[in-house]
Amino acid sequence: MTETNHSRHESLLNLLDMTRSYPGLLANDQINLTLNRGEIHALLGENGAGKSTLVKMIYGVLKPDSGQIFWQGKETSINSPAMARELGIAMVFQHFSLFDSLTVLENIVLGLEAREASDNLEARIVEISAKYGLPLEPDRHVYSLSVGERQRIEIIRCLLQNPKLLIMDEPTSVLTPQEAESLFETLRRLCHEGMSILYISHKLDEIKALCRYATILRHGRVAASVRVQDETANSLAAKMIGEELSAVNMTSENSPGELRFAVDKLDYSATDQFGVGLKQISLQVRGGEILGIAGVAGNGQDELLSVLNGEIKATPPSAIRIDGKDCANQGPDQRRSLGLASIPSERLGHGAVPGLTLNENTLLTAHDRMGLVRMGLIDYQKSEEFGRKVISDFDVRCHGVGAEAGSLSGGNLQKFIVGREINQKPSVLVVSQPTWGVDAGAAQAIRVALRELADSGAAIVVISQDLDELIQISDRLAAICSGALSKALPTAEVTLEQIGLMMSGVQAMDSEASE
Amino acid sequence: MIPYLEKRAEHSQTMVYISPFIALGLTLLGGIMLFSLLGKSPAQALYAFFVSPLTSLYGWAELGVKASPLVLIGVALSIGFRAGVWNIGAEGQLTLGAICGGCVALWMYPVDSIFVLPLMMIGGILGGMFWASIPAFLKTRFNANEILTSLMLTYVALLLLSLLVHGPLRDPDGFNFPESRIFHDAASLPIILDGTRLHLGAVFALVAVGGIWLLLSKSLIGFQVKVIGQAPAAGRHAGFSVNRMIWFTLLLGGGMAGLAGMFEVSGPIGQLLPTISPGYGFTAIIVAFVGRLHPVGSLFAGLLIALSYLGGENAQITLNLPIAVTGVFQGMLLFFLLACDVLIRYRIRFKPVSRLRHG
Repeated sequence: MTETNHSRHESLLNLLDMTRSYPGLLANDQINLTLNRGEIHALLGENGAGKSTLVKMIYGVLKPDSGQIFWQGKETSINSPAMARELGIAMVFQHFSLFDSLTVLENIVLGLEAREASDNLEARIVEISAKYGLPLEPDRHVYSLSVGERQRIEIIRCLLQNPKLLIMDEPTSVLTPQEAESLFETLRRLCHEGMSILYISHKLDEIKALCRYATILRHGRVAASVRVQDETANSLAAKMIGEELSAVNMTSENSPGELRFAVDKLDYSATDQFGVGLKQISLQVRGGEILGIAGVAGNGQDELLSVLNGEIKATPPSAIRIDGKDCANQGPDQRRSLGLASIPSERLGHGAVPGLTLNENTLLTAHDRMGLVRMGLIDYQKSEEFGRKVISDFDVRCHGVGAEAGSLSGGNLQKFIVGREINQKPSVLVVSQPTWGVDAGAAQAIRVALRELADSGAAIVVISQDLDELIQISDRLAAICSGALSKALPTAEVTLEQIGLMMSGVQAMDSEASE
Repeated sequence: MIPYLEKRAEHSQTMVYISPFIALGLTLLGGIMLFSLLGKSPAQALYAFFVSPLTSLYGWAELGVKASPLVLIGVALSIGFRAGVWNIGAEGQLTLGAICGGCVALWMYPVDSIFVLPLMMIGGILGGMFWASIPAFLKTRFNANEILTSLMLTYVALLLLSLLVHGPLRDPDGFNFPESRIFHDAASLPIILDGTRLHLGAVFALVAVGGIWLLLSKSLIGFQVKVIGQAPAAGRHAGFSVNRMIWFTLLLGGGMAGLAGMFEVSGPIGQLLPTISPGYGFTAIIVAFVGRLHPVGSLFAGLLIALSYLGGENAQITLNLPIAVTGVFQGMLLFFLLACDVLIRYRIRFKPVSRLRHG
């Protein structure tokens, strides 16, 4: 074990027997972890393995039931995030805490202690964002930014504090491969400058590329504590989920069926100045087929989902057809009765209402299709049955249908939302970022479920920034750039270079011609 | 020792229920200080305010008379507030309900039929709905802020009532007083407790509590209210129409306020006067929030606030206190309630002065 090689004085952070329980759940059971100066240390584990709990204790959000924290060799109790920041611990959360109606600069000022908010802050932001490859315009309003851009604010906010330890919770889940690579460069540079980084991720190849040591949690315990270079991605995954991952190629072999979902030259002009308009979007998906749409964050993915699922209506009606029926002018509920289901990328507040129970959350999209409402009155027994079936079919770990959606971990809530839509047997499914921030096991389960739905005859559109995922599950690939969609090419024939060109807006026709 | 607020990891469910009582306690404390400053014995004043009105059956019936409109409007408003539709103009909708209900009564005078009262109720409801439909239209069509439009329309409604009782609706045998004819028997609300003024409106208020409770807990539209209020984007994704919700909640609040207004003129007042409500429509906002936007909560809150009306009158008579004390009490209650809600998200901790200096 590597810990024994370093004395407590050399290490920056030392956790000893950290234990924390929730009612009916031992979230952390005697966790030990050693983090050295200038080291990128991975924290690996499935959803519910206890990563968040551990990190919250380090950041002073939660108090441990027992255990000791040694910071720079001295025993310390971290009572609050303010105290953690004082010690030099900064954290980029998976869910951002930003005010939509304020600008980037204002949001950063709000997060800083008074003494750090100096006059040349804007210059420092620009400097840091240029230095670390995190482009940001300080004067833009947050509501107009994509998820990826919002994350950059959080990262810069942390870097402004010159922390000794930076905790990053799934930082690359919203970045493009290129953006992620430049972030890695940043992190390596920070690491050379002596900063330590605790890196939480489910992406094993990232951990391989970036981290020196990894602590792997499973069911609240340390499953293994390893030197990353001695491991393969597969052996890391095996330690994490306790079984070997099967990286199967899931594109279908059966020939596609009838045309189920067609979009024809759809235009949408953005309503706010920072929004992305859609230009002449055309796509066709047949039954049994999965169309993957790649793209860099903020190129119109959110707008595309809204236009496809009916949250934004469009004209003429024939611009969107479900099983041959015109529906571009219809809302989400009408399209749902035509057989279209959708899963937005934002789980909390869009796909589900955090303050309502899972039972109530089934009603959101299933009330009509599953007949959960009679004469305007809700049949809670029926919705409970439906919810229970989703929970058991998709292995959602929770206290039951009465649990509040907001109390579930990200991956479990995503499994629930995906299950809720798939169990309604839609004929067309539009899904955005199906496995964002979801651990490898759950992500695999979600992808398998999507494939099975397609194999049963449904047409599926997957909008994702995870290229590996798209290559794994989609039959054809297209990319969106500045609101324009490229031509779709068969995944089996497309090269990474071609995808890169499509993502940067160079028309796929060129690459076709060069074949 | 210096007190400070520490954020709770989770919302405290206990505090959701306890904080109204803390607020009530602080209001009483504020009352004691207020009465002492006014040179009255606090014990005597609090007794006059909160106890002596309830020492007789008549007092309890009066409590029901005052609470009926408050509860009726409060439960309806709470639906809108849950959905994020801020109807502040219930007082105006109440006034329009009174005008329309009253007009039906005066128009049918002196017809003696069991249909007079139901027609008046329909008139009252439609009048209130009409007045609330104006902010709803402005909001859905032009995105005009319903707080401002509904509030401003209240003053239009009050002036309209004044115009009518000074003009066309003035009692022909009334020596030019600005009052309408006194409603005939068929147009007066039945009394449900002999020897008191407790009228049929109290029964409707209870029915409204039950009905809204059912609506919220069992119906799809009640579910939509919760979803749109808590997560508008999730509501959009589900296909729930925000505009439909604005219309529904405003019409519901307006209709109930209109009904309450009609009950006032047909029951306790018995005619149209230039002033028909001591601000029930505004006070119902306090009722809705003190009642935690829950129908049953609104019922209890309505009774509590009604008591403050009775107590205010009683204190005015027995102790010569100004009637404004009632408003001060109601204001303090809302103020302390909103302040105490901090305790749901935070807890009070104390730290020694020395530690504060260091860190």
